[in-house]
Amino acid sequence: MNTRKKIRVLAAKPGLDGHDRGVKVVASALMDAGMEVVYTGLRQTPTQIVESAIQEDVDVIAMSILSGAHDYLFPKVMELLKEKGVEDILVLGGGIIPDEDIPALKESGIAEIFGPGTTTAQIIDYIRDNV
Amino acid sequence: MSDEKAREELLSEFKKWADGVEQKLAKRPERKEKFLNTSGIPINRVYTPLDRNDAEYLSEIGLPGEYPYTRGVQPTMYRGRYWTMRQYAGFASAEESNKRYRFLLDQGQTGLSVAFDLPTQIGYDSDDEMAIGEVGKVGVAIDSLKDIETLFHKIPLDKVSTSMTINSPAAVLLAMYIAMAEKQGVQAEKLRGTIQNDILKEYSSRGTYIFPPKPSMRIITDIFSYCAEKVPMWNTISISGYHIREAGSTAVQEVAFTLANGIAYVDAALKAGLDVDTFGPRLSFFFNSHLDFFEEIAKYRAARKLWAKIMKERFNAKSPKSMMIRFHTQTAGCTLTLQQPKNNIVRVAFQAMSAVLGGTQSLHTNSMDEALCLPSEEAVQIALRSQQLIAYETGVTDTVDPLAGSYYVEALTREIFERAEEYINKIDDMGGAVPAIEQGYIQREIQDSAYKYQLDIEKEERIVVGLNRFQVEEEKPTNLLRVDPAVREAQIKRLKKLKSERDNEKVNKSLSDLKQVAQGDNNLMPYILDAVKAYASLGEICNVLREVFGEYQQVSTLGR
Repeated sequence: MNTRKKIRVLAAKPGLDGHDRGVKVVASALMDAGMEVVYTGLRQTPTQIVESAIQEDVDVIAMSILSGAHDYLFPKVMELLKEKGVEDILVLGGGIIPDEDIPALKESGIAEIFGPGTTTAQIIDYIRDNV
Repeated sequence: MSDEKAREELLSEFKKWADGVEQKLAKRPERKEKFLNTSGIPINRVYTPLDRNDAEYLSEIGLPGEYPYTRGVQPTMYRGRYWTMRQYAGFASAEESNKRYRFLLDQGQTGLSVAFDLPTQIGYDSDDEMAIGEVGKVGVAIDSLKDIETLFHKIPLDKVSTSMTINSPAAVLLAMYIAMAEKQGVQAEKLRGTIQNDILKEYSSRGTYIFPPKPSMRIITDIFSYCAEKVPMWNTISISGYHIREAGSTAVQEVAFTLANGIAYVDAALKAGLDVDTFGPRLSFFFNSHLDFFEEIAKYRAARKLWAKIMKERFNAKSPKSMMIRFHTQTAGCTLTLQQPKNNIVRVAFQAMSAVLGGTQSLHTNSMDEALCLPSEEAVQIALRSQQLIAYETGVTDTVDPLAGSYYVEALTREIFERAEEYINKIDDMGGAVPAIEQGYIQREIQDSAYKYQLDIEKEERIVVGLNRFQVEEEKPTNLLRVDPAVREAQIKRLKKLKSERDNEKVNKSLSDLKQVAQGDNNLMPYILDAVKAYASLGEICNVLREVFGEYQQVSTLGR
């Protein structure tokens, strides 16, 4: 579906974590790949992220957490999306996420988790293939 | 033979040699057409006495312990005493972290460094809604003086120095430390340690800000002024390039943005009526030790020289202590790989070596498993042993600044100094670091460098061993150190109990006094100390200040 309108992505930092190097690098790469990116800035609650995603009418939410709070915050975002009846947004996670946590996150509805060492090309390809 | 004649002769020999090499390149080319370090400084094939100006040795480089301190802030450096080996640690509860500190001290560590969890760093109690999912995760959860008492249980505060990575609520945590020490029978004037207290890099790079710049700068100068009188051996700030570098800056940007922040703090303190030689000697710094070995060594030397010049020429400091940049170093967390984590032991060892050759005053060596999780006890021990190996076995500590006079290192030092100074001039033109951050200039510079670095890795112009070359199939690691989610529940229970047991009238009085002072101009520190001693919680104190000062809103720097 690469021919339709530009893919819109919400790049988000849930929770209190201030490490935004990764999310900004990914956001820059997605923009260079022709996608439209809205970046939330730091310290977003799951509610704020879901509201922004709906308001901005995005195809993808790409969240990044390096503080270890992913086990609570990622599923919370999925829960709120479901509550709002949103089912057509591709939700991705990145950061320092131990492998053993990934099954539970995917169970909650996160489509894919990208850890340290991932290239921006891999993320771009994944989004293009799955939106 | 005169110096000039020798130089001419060398120059002509050098040209002949260079021509000869050029001719051979057609047949045997070098690995790359251009060699650049992370700062984009072109690196020559070879450096010779032509790259050095010995006539200016005294003014440009000088002797150790003397202006401009290029060679180190002490005349004897590690011949006198090794650097402080200080591993950043803290997780879960105060009890658990206290155990880790005592383990580290038993292993020969010489100073403590406290990692707080994010709610603590942003001034939320553990029961705050914003804290859900974060309590005890990246550091220890501290809600009140009670937790600090547990954290330092049986640790002799008159012997151990403590560094605390705390910024926006630095005044509160320092007050807790002072109050707890008093209970241990150690007077404030004997306390040694550091609070990070560097809000400007929080806005640009690290993210744990609370208040807007103006009241934040006031809290900082209040701390400078209070400590000069009451806690004279305390380092009142650790002006940090570490996080600027972790956020993606180059070495030159790290020096420039850190010292530009330093200039903003000195300016603020002078405006508040403080004397530069009263607070100047208590300013400390914190740098990153990244991969490029010589670039890093040159960076520390250039930073020392540049800060000395700034304090002497711009601020007319008279005390040599005001001109000395004393700094802590941590190896670069962002260079650790999840892939083949044992390789990180070697990376860290090289980075630690460059920090030592660069003359650091204290050092944290990262643990091999930090790209993955909190460090295990075994990983921390190897990290600490790497420092001990450098100190006790390698011999690099036997003479001061052993790489001085290296044609390459001196040329690089000069180059980094000049490029950082250019950046600072540019920031001056914007009105200083605060407006430069408010306009998003510094953030943009850093994120552009971070993006370039990542693309270089993806294009394989930068090789990361085990990541984009020499990969292997690996087993998934198991048995990671994790924080029990029950930590939050326990913390909330403790806080509830505290609130039911303390003298709440006293707490309320102290908080309303604090509010009044915050609205005026008097020094906040004594009032924060009173509130802390009454067992007001960190969140309660920060909420009073939030009410008066408001909260900082981040500027957007993405999109071009």
